[in-house]
Amino acid sequence: MTSQEFPASLAKGRSLERAVTSKTIFSNVMTGLVFACALLALIPLFALLFYVISKGAVRLSPQLFTQLPPPPFPRDSPQFSSGGFGNAIVGTFMTVGLGSLISIPFGIFAAIYLSEFARDTKFANGINFFTNVLSGVPSIVMGVFAYSLIVLATRSYSAMAAGFALAVLMLPTIVRTSAEALEAVPSNLRQASVGLGASSYQTVLKVILPAAIPAIVTGIILAIARAAGETAPIIFTALFSNFWNWDPWRPTATLSVLVYNFAITPFANWQELAWAASLVLITLVLFANVLARWIIRKR
Amino acid sequence: MAPAVDNNPGMSYERTQTARTVDSGFKWVTTIFAFGIVVTLLAIALQVGIDAFPAIQKFGLSFFTGVRWNPVEDIYGAWTQIYGTLVTAFIALLIAVPIGVGVAIILSEDFLPSKVQQPLVFLVELLAAIPSVVFGLWGIFVLAPFLQGPMTWLHQTFGWIPLFSTPPTGRGIYIAAIILSIMILPIISSISRDSLVGVNPSLRQAAYGLGATRWETLFQVIIPTAISGIIGGVMLALGRAMGETMAVTMLIGNANRPSPSLFAQGSTISALLANQFAEASGLQVAALMYAALILFGLTLLVNVLAEVVVRKVEIKKL
Repeated sequence: MTSQEFPASLAKGRSLERAVTSKTIFSNVMTGLVFACALLALIPLFALLFYVISKGAVRLSPQLFTQLPPPPFPRDSPQFSSGGFGNAIVGTFMTVGLGSLISIPFGIFAAIYLSEFARDTKFANGINFFTNVLSGVPSIVMGVFAYSLIVLATRSYSAMAAGFALAVLMLPTIVRTSAEALEAVPSNLRQASVGLGASSYQTVLKVILPAAIPAIVTGIILAIARAAGETAPIIFTALFSNFWNWDPWRPTATLSVLVYNFAITPFANWQELAWAASLVLITLVLFANVLARWIIRKR
Repeated sequence: MAPAVDNNPGMSYERTQTARTVDSGFKWVTTIFAFGIVVTLLAIALQVGIDAFPAIQKFGLSFFTGVRWNPVEDIYGAWTQIYGTLVTAFIALLIAVPIGVGVAIILSEDFLPSKVQQPLVFLVELLAAIPSVVFGLWGIFVLAPFLQGPMTWLHQTFGWIPLFSTPPTGRGIYIAAIILSIMILPIISSISRDSLVGVNPSLRQAAYGLGATRWETLFQVIIPTAISGIIGGVMLALGRAMGETMAVTMLIGNANRPSPSLFAQGSTISALLANQFAEASGLQVAALMYAALILFGLTLLVNVLAEVVVRKVEIKKL
């Protein structure tokens, strides 16, 4: 018997090729749709980056980092391109620095407890739950909290209040990434350390923590980048200031609040400064993300 | 067999008292910090609740339904803001869920070589890292002028539908919702991607072996298996959308009356707080605290539900 004698009608049904049916058309349409989705998601990202870079670069110069915000000038004024936001950069560093100073030790200690002393216990699970819920609390509510706790008590808007709000905001990220990093350290390191006679704090501080540091630093970098761009918890805690301020207990300008304040005004020179400040913020965020990725890959 | 430990004091395996104290002290310090997270969350609720108390006492539940927010007469009702919060978040989900899940499918299936896929994952994550206030700035100067034409056409053609009944200006509920949808998209797609990737590959192989196409496998096997993770991601996104402040404040128009039209200017709880806190005093502060408490309660509810859903998934995976 040769294949030619095999009935053609049967062979057709047994082909491994898919025939063009409603099934394959549906598949192709769906594939097209999800590609369209990906495109649709990327357009805003590229459009945003394009505008921030092209509009922000117009004013990019060293004076941005050394001068104070100018008063509003009309477009034909010779002083239209004067001024900068040096004080806001100082303020951003101050508020984020204060936030980091509070949240980093707090977060790492909490993570040590979750990973080294209470792993897989009900108590640790409970605290993980609270950490996740805390990370879902809107940042503006943290601002309200800091306002009520510090601004009302000291009767002054201050960088300290903003730093406190940012600390609460950064805390869950730092706890989660640090706990994950500590848990990823292989347990034979722990056993070896304890076997050599190290006590638990020696084991944690001299063996486990150094091994987990790169991943912890990655988490901290991302938390700092997010905090630097946060505006909502700062507008009514640090408020704003048109002058240099080095005192953490006084109102302070920050880059993010400067973008907000200047974007909603009708003055063109202020709007240009808002774009330039956005460019600085975006550069910071991009740099932090690439750096974090690089640290992870290096491991 | 003789015991391994001898009685030579220099070779003692016992720790000194100080070493033991330091050790347990260290453990206690870490415990206190861990417990500090719980205390922080409770302190937020308590502090905001205490400061809101005068307003709670004065307005009670009518705060939820009142539409007047009048600092001059000290009469406060937050219905406009509560409505705005819910509507913008809901529309944002309506836009972002299908697109976000679509992106998650692209990033979890093998449509693209991994050399293209990996940078794509990074780009979507980057979208999540862009500060809210920069979205606001871009929305004011780029998105709003861009949408003006199409939205005016929508108003002129479908103006008889209450949703489109007012002429669009550069600010309003519609544009706040659109910018929110862009901002929550990365959350939906990255969590959905995680749960799609987490589906046991043998399920996919079995479906393919039975002759199912890629899309039959996705719709009948992969997505149903991953659905609780996807729902958890959507709920986290909902919480984020309700609490998002800056971009919404800059784009919603901050009007104080509710309107059925999406083109009308409106407000949200977070926009109200951002606008008025710095200049508020007296009962207005208490009323703002009351509004903040409502926002806190809403997001807490959504986040706790999301957490429960996601936990269930994790248990199932074990």
